[in-house]
Amino acid sequence: MKAKIIITPKKAVLDPQGKTVQNALAQMGYTGVAGVHIGKYIEIDLAPGTDKAAARTAIDDAAHKLLSNPVIEDYTLEIE
Amino acid sequence: MNFAVLQFPASNCDQDAVYALRLLGHSARLVWHKDASLGDSDAVIVPGGFSYGDYLRCGAIARFSPVMQAVKQLAEKGGLVLGICNGFQVLTEAGLLPGALIRNRDLQFHCEYVYLKTATPDSPFTHRIPAGKTLRVPIAHGEGCYYADEETLAKLKAGNQILWQYCDAGGSLKDTANPNGALQNIAGICNAGRNVAGLMPHPERACESILGSDDGKWIFESIFATLNDQPAPARG
Repeated sequence: MKAKIIITPKKAVLDPQGKTVQNALAQMGYTGVAGVHIGKYIEIDLAPGTDKAAARTAIDDAAHKLLSNPVIEDYTLEIE
Repeated sequence: MNFAVLQFPASNCDQDAVYALRLLGHSARLVWHKDASLGDSDAVIVPGGFSYGDYLRCGAIARFSPVMQAVKQLAEKGGLVLGICNGFQVLTEAGLLPGALIRNRDLQFHCEYVYLKTATPDSPFTHRIPAGKTLRVPIAHGEGCYYADEETLAKLKAGNQILWQYCDAGGSLKDTANPNGALQNIAGICNAGRNVAGLMPHPERACESILGSDDGKWIFESIFATLNDQPAPARG
């Protein structure tokens, strides 16, 4: 079982990396790109036999306290 | 006065801070990140660098170190804490200061001199800075763009918590004088209690004229004067 956390910059926060990649895509001729947002992907391997609900609660807590900074980032969490 | 200068793995301005404090006539010692006590320190400097390799986010791991629990306790008792550069990032991650420091708007690491306008003399960190003086101090960071949501920013302004802003040599707050895209040209702030402050520029690297500027000393002189006037805080 794995926990998969995707962290993205909040919409209101300046994302110069995303903007730079968007400009590069436009220069390369890729059209129709309205926005690029660059974040992080974190994968956590869960020990065999871990309770899925308990793991979700714990990792949600960790994502809030450590893995993301709620001032500037949003995250989504999946356990599968 | 006795200063504690924290030392995390990959701190690299810790020695500079100790040197500057001693140069200015005070006692300073390094406190390792695994220490849970600050001893008999009167104030704490959280120095610049790349604590824990800047892994995950700048300051994100350092905030959970044992020494930071002692810093939090000192701050809660009213002790003075100054975070410089990475130290500022650590203090925002720790929730001791509002907002966050994000990637510079041009994605470049900036290593250069900037000018600072002191936004208020009303803090333990600014009250000895000569009125109207712009401070010339160096910066060296890739993630120094101060960000806070509108509500937080309004609170900072209402509470007079913005301490330093990037300006030009004449003291004007121009966008061209803003090296990193920080909101409102913010270079440094303090907490609502006014005893915890952070700034991206490096005053400890500008304390003697042989280094190009001694303007940074005014920030430390403000701290010394505050400590002289106050009873020692309950110690961590």
